[in-house]
Parts: sequence; structure tokens; C-alpha cells
Amino acid sequence: MLEIALKGSPRYWGWLFFLATLIGAGVITYLYQFQIGLGITGMSRDVSWGLYIGQFTFLVGVAASAVTIVLPYYLHNYKKYGRIAIIGEFLAIPAILMCMLFIFVDLGQPMRVLNVLLHPTPNSVMFYDMIVLSGYLILNLLCGWVILMSEKKGAPPPKWIKPFLYIAICWAPSIHIVTAFLYQGLPGRDYWMTAIMAAKFLSSAFASGPSLLIILCMLIRKFTNFDPGKEAIQSLAKTAAYFLLVTIAFYLFEVFTAFYSGITSHQYSIIYLFSGLEGYSKLVPVMSICVLLAAIGVLILVTPPLRKWEVTLAIGAASTFLCMWLEKGITLVVGGFIPNAFDRVFEYWPTLPETIITIGVWSFGFFVLTILYKIASSVKEKAIFDKYGEKQIKA
Amino acid sequence: MYDGGKIIFGLIIFIALVTLPFTLGIGKEYIKANPKIDTPEIMKLPEAERKCVESKDFMRKEHMKMLIEWRDAVVRDGKTLYVNSQGKTFNMSLQNTCMQCHSNKSKFCDECHNYVKVKPYCWDCHLEPKENIKKEAGL
Amino acid sequence: MSNINRREFLKILGIGTFMGIGGWSMFEVVGKGEIEAFAEKYKKVPGALQAKRWAMVIDLKKLDQQIINDCTEVCHRIHNVPKILNPKEEIKWIWDEKFKNAFPELKDDYMSSEIKNMHVLVLCNHCENPPCVRVCPTKATFKRKDGIVMMDMHRCIGCRFCMAGCPYGARSFNWRDPKDYIKNENPEFPLRMRGVVEKCTFCYERLDRGLPPACVEASKGAIMYGDITDPNSEIRKILSSNFAIRRKAKLGTKPSVYYLL
Repeated sequence: MLEIALKGSPRYWGWLFFLATLIGAGVITYLYQFQIGLGITGMSRDVSWGLYIGQFTFLVGVAASAVTIVLPYYLHNYKKYGRIAIIGEFLAIPAILMCMLFIFVDLGQPMRVLNVLLHPTPNSVMFYDMIVLSGYLILNLLCGWVILMSEKKGAPPPKWIKPFLYIAICWAPSIHIVTAFLYQGLPGRDYWMTAIMAAKFLSSAFASGPSLLIILCMLIRKFTNFDPGKEAIQSLAKTAAYFLLVTIAFYLFEVFTAFYSGITSHQYSIIYLFSGLEGYSKLVPVMSICVLLAAIGVLILVTPPLRKWEVTLAIGAASTFLCMWLEKGITLVVGGFIPNAFDRVFEYWPTLPETIITIGVWSFGFFVLTILYKIASSVKEKAIFDKYGEKQIKA
Repeated sequence: MYDGGKIIFGLIIFIALVTLPFTLGIGKEYIKANPKIDTPEIMKLPEAERKCVESKDFMRKEHMKMLIEWRDAVVRDGKTLYVNSQGKTFNMSLQNTCMQCHSNKSKFCDECHNYVKVKPYCWDCHLEPKENIKKEAGL
Repeated sequence: MSNINRREFLKILGIGTFMGIGGWSMFEVVGKGEIEAFAEKYKKVPGALQAKRWAMVIDLKKLDQQIINDCTEVCHRIHNVPKILNPKEEIKWIWDEKFKNAFPELKDDYMSSEIKNMHVLVLCNHCENPPCVRVCPTKATFKRKDGIVMMDMHRCIGCRFCMAGCPYGARSFNWRDPKDYIKNENPEFPLRMRGVVEKCTFCYERLDRGLPPACVEASKGAIMYGDITDPNSEIRKILSSNFAIRRKAKLGTKPSVYYLL
């Protein structure tokens, strides 16, 4: 099937070339970081994780969100998702690859990364994260590829793939729960140490993932002859709407707990993020934009006419995605480190090299995504049967 | 053969890449590794005592494994003494035992390591003997 | 090449592969046997100081600027700790904090500024229940049998999970090569490389030689140490007759460093 990816329009090749350039810039900058050390980033003794780990956390959510399509389709026979199940599965693959790369670029001694396997440590959550992430990558590659292959042949998919589909559905939430456990099990980081962290991670993932899928579906429809279907997009929009509301609610629960209980150490990070602490307020604009985007997202996704009109829907989906990205990709990680163990504020802001490396990794993700979607859409343009061996529903 | 030209072109590139380690060495001077153990510290000792912690043959073959075991014993198990096959006891320390005698890192360690192109990361943290640095600077 | 036919070529290839696999497994067997044979050849130094759980008591009343400077200076010098002035990349094993920073939960509006700004020496607490050890994915940081929370710099991958896990800010990361920031190296102790985490190691290398931790020695009696499981030890006697506090004790990490007020 890979040969499909080798034939494309000049626009396709131009896009890939553009991404390759960004990847190249990222690689060169990474070599610089490799040489000098992580000192070229904005991270510090006090804020020891930054943009990289934030991106990792956010992208685990994007990967897990494939389940919002796969579950209704395979468990509830929701046929409108028949055409886009592969879009979800194929989004998970580059998302996981990006997660792994973000972990890798964050390591101080990347050449020793295999120590995690050489000295397996079951008391570390990182150990489980490694297992669930690689497992999820394999599951999605397997399911996506096998089903698409049979569609290409014009036959229903083989029966043996079914158990793997069900395992993948159960597996998806686990990757994000484990990622939340990285944070919520740490003593002394009050912003993170909350039982609702895993739940909030899942809900924000199921808001940002479908939002991204909406945009991707629209792009696929625009640039290929494959139509993911208007109704499928609308269903995704509803999923995103509900989970956006749930996420906001969860965040407000945090605010309630911190402020009604009056426990100051639980309040500091929130105060820092929303209004600044002891005169330090670098992240206040980020958090303000985040709130604004959340408001736009809610307004559009919850109001039926705005949701149904695809122009506004695209804006709403983009707002939701960006809002969740700012929250999870930046403020969540940095906020947890402020104030530090000595009740002092030491701020963080990513440096230029750090940003270029981050863009490089994202570009790599989109590079893989483009190739996978190119294959999927080319097969789908010709596909006749869905997994039930029935004729595909025309949108 | 379909696309014969392309396949042959690909094969040529493949072979060129695979043989790169050999082709890169063409024309380079062949220098045999010649490690030296005649440091002043060793020569000072009476001839009968000029012995390493284990036999020369063993050290030549196993020093890398031994150093790793020493490292784990000291850092992880808190055991710092090594009793050799003759029953003699040594303090396990690269900096404070090995290099006290072998004070010529460039002729003792690097000579072979460069020859086989391995780059142990010992010296990223462990300090090499001072005399050696002086000598190098004086060259 | 011309007189080797395909059949022979494949044969050679097959034998080569077989030898390769066989050779590898031989290496494995030999390697394991040797390690076992060596195991009994590693010993502790006879005069090494030993304990079931090392602990420290720091008497804040006896601390003054001079003692604090001496303690930090000697520790950082003998352990080749780089002197990086940029607070972003600072590396410290033991250092001076104000009381209000070392014990933020005890801060009080009506506390005298004298107490608020009292000097406190802070260092790794060598917790009985260390979160850094719990989260480390490679066992690069681990708890020794004598309670010391150790760092194996050879194994650390630099993920900095331990820094997020430590509620005491006791861990420093080498954001770049520390070599350029060390003036006079102690030739008896190694340095660190960029990309690994480091912290106080309770002077395990001195205990092994029968010496007390360097800060204890430099403190003129302000810092005491001993085996906290031994009821007859000096520090147990002090703890039974004095009011001592530990940093962030409510987190359940059970620090081994006590402070006398």
C-alpha cells in the first residue's frame, strides 16, 4: 500500500517538502542541543519540565482520542463513522510517534534511553507509560493497516482482527490515565496532585482530539476525492462539545476545591496562571487566551446553528483544540512547578531553539500523518465495502 | 526487468553505503596500537611487584567488564574493596587506583581505544592523571 | 568471487549466521559465570562507618554565616560541584535558605523577622520513603541499605522525573557541561557530565573511609549525624530530649534530616 504515497500532486509533494524543511531545521537545532545540553532551553532548576513534556502530555491525549471514533463504530455499530474510523486510527500513529520523540528530545542523556528497558523499574509510572504507548502504537498500526488493506482488496476485513480492535478500544484510555499518573502521584506539587487529573486528561483529550479530527476531515474533503461525510463531522462536533464542557467543569471543580478549602498551597499555581504571583505573570496572557478560546469553543459547539454551519464549526473546533493545547501543552506543566519548593517564583518561557525543535517534532508528526492520510484517502476513494461487508454509505 | 536502471542505481548506492567503513580508510596510514605501561610510577616498583590487579592477559581481555562490575559494586552495593585471585586487596577506583599506576592515559587507554575506534565515556566525569595533561600541553 | 557458486555462498552465509548466534550465547554464559565468581570478591572496607539508617540533626541555633559558608564550601569543593551563578542552571548539594523558604508551611504573619530570616542549611533529606526513588525509571537513584538515597550517574538518563518528584528542591540537573565551572578539581572524586541529575550523597565515600560527612566535620558541632535506628546513638539522644522538626513532614516522605530550633 505504501506505493500509493509515492504518487501525488505537486501540491502534495510541495507540502511534504515544506514539512521536511521544518524537520531539517528541528534536527539541526537538536544536534546543537545534543552538543551543548538542555541548557539551551528555557527550563531551569526550578521549572525542570517545559514545552517538550507539555507537548508529550497533550499528544498522548490526541492519540487516545481515536477511541471517540473507534468505540461508537465498532462497539455500537455507529455506521456514520465507518468512513472515518481509519482517520482516527491513523491520527493516533503520528501522535504516539511525536510523544516518543518529545520524550527523547527532553532527555539529558538520550544515548542511554534503553536503560529504561535494561533496568525495568515497575515502581516508576514512566515504565508503564512506555509499555502502554508502544502497545497502543502497535495496535493502531495493526488495526488500521489490516482493515485498510482489505478495503483496498474490496473485501470485508478478516475476523481475527476483531479482538485487537476491542483491545485497542480498552487500551486507549489507559495511555492517558497512565500519563496523568506521572503527575498526580507526586507529593509537593499541589497543582497536579488531584485525583481528578486523569479524568480531566481524558475529557480534555476527547475535546481536543475530535476537534482536530473535524479540521482534518474538512481538509481531506477539500484536497481529496474522499468525503468523510457531513454527519460524521457533526457527530464529532457533538462529542467535542460535551467533553469541552466536562473539561471546563472539571477545571472549575479544581478551583472550587482550592479556594473553598482555603488551602493556600493549592491556590498558588492557579493564582499564578490567572493573575500572576508576587509580580510574576508571564503565563497570564497564555491563560487569558486559553479562557477566551474556551468561551468561543463553547459558544460555537453548543449552539446548534453555529455548530451546523461548517465555517463557524471550523472556528469552534480550532478554538477548542488551541485552548486545550495551551492548557495542557504549556500551563499545566509549568504551573505545577510554580511556586517552587521554597515558595519562590521562578518563571519559564521557551527559548528559540526549544521552539524550533518542538516545531520540528510536530512537522515530523504531520509528515507521517500526511502520508498515512494520503494512503487512506486514496484507498477510500475507491472502497466499496465497510467492515460489515456492506456497501459504503454515501455522505 | 522492470525499472532495471533504478534498481541497479539503488544497489550501487546501497553497496557504497555498506562499504563506507572500508572505503573511508583507503589511503590512511596504518598505525598499529602500541600501548605503554612504562610509567614512572610502575618503573619505580621492584620488578616482582610490577603486577596489575589481575594477570596481563585477563586485564587485556576483561578490563571493560571488570570496570563495569567495579562501578556497580562501589556505586550500587557500597562495596569498595576488590580481592583479586591472589588474595590481594585493592581499592576499586578508576581515578584513585588504576590511574595512579597507569598515569599515561594517552598511551595506555587511548592508544587501543583509538585504534578500535571505541570511545568509553569514563573521562566525561572521571579525571585523568594530571601529568598526562601537562605532557600533552607541552607537546 | 567467480569460483563460488550461489549454493556455496548461501552455505557460508548460513554458517556465519550460526556462528554469530552461537558466539553471542557463549559470551552471555561466560559473562554470567564470571560475575558470580567475582561476587564474593567485593568487600566493604573494614573500618567503614555503618548504620541501618543514617540521619542528621541540624541545630539552627548554632548555625552562623561562617559555619554555613564553611559547610557549603567544603561540600561543593570535595565533590567537584560546579559553581554556576545563573540561578537557572545552579547546582547545589547543600546551601543556605531562609527559614520562611525552607519551611514555607510554618510561615506566620506575626513571626519575628529574625526567625523568618533565620539561616537554614538545606540538603537532600535522604527520605525513608523517597518519591525520587519511586519515580526513577532506571533505578539510577536508589536507596542504599543504610538509608542513603544514592545517585548512579552512570545510569541516569536525565528525564528529570526525580526533580518533579522531590518536594524539597534538593536535586540539580546538569544543564550543560559542568567542567567549565569547576576551578580546582578534587582529584579523588569524579565530576559529572551534562544531562544527569545530582545531589547530596551523605558523603558515602567518606563514611566508607571511616570519616563523618564533610558538612558535619565543618559545622563545629552544629550538625550531628548517626544511626537513627540505634537508640544509643548521639542523634537519638538529642531527638528524645529536644523539639525537632522536619521539612514538609506531612507529605509522608519521612525525611532523615531533623532541625532543632
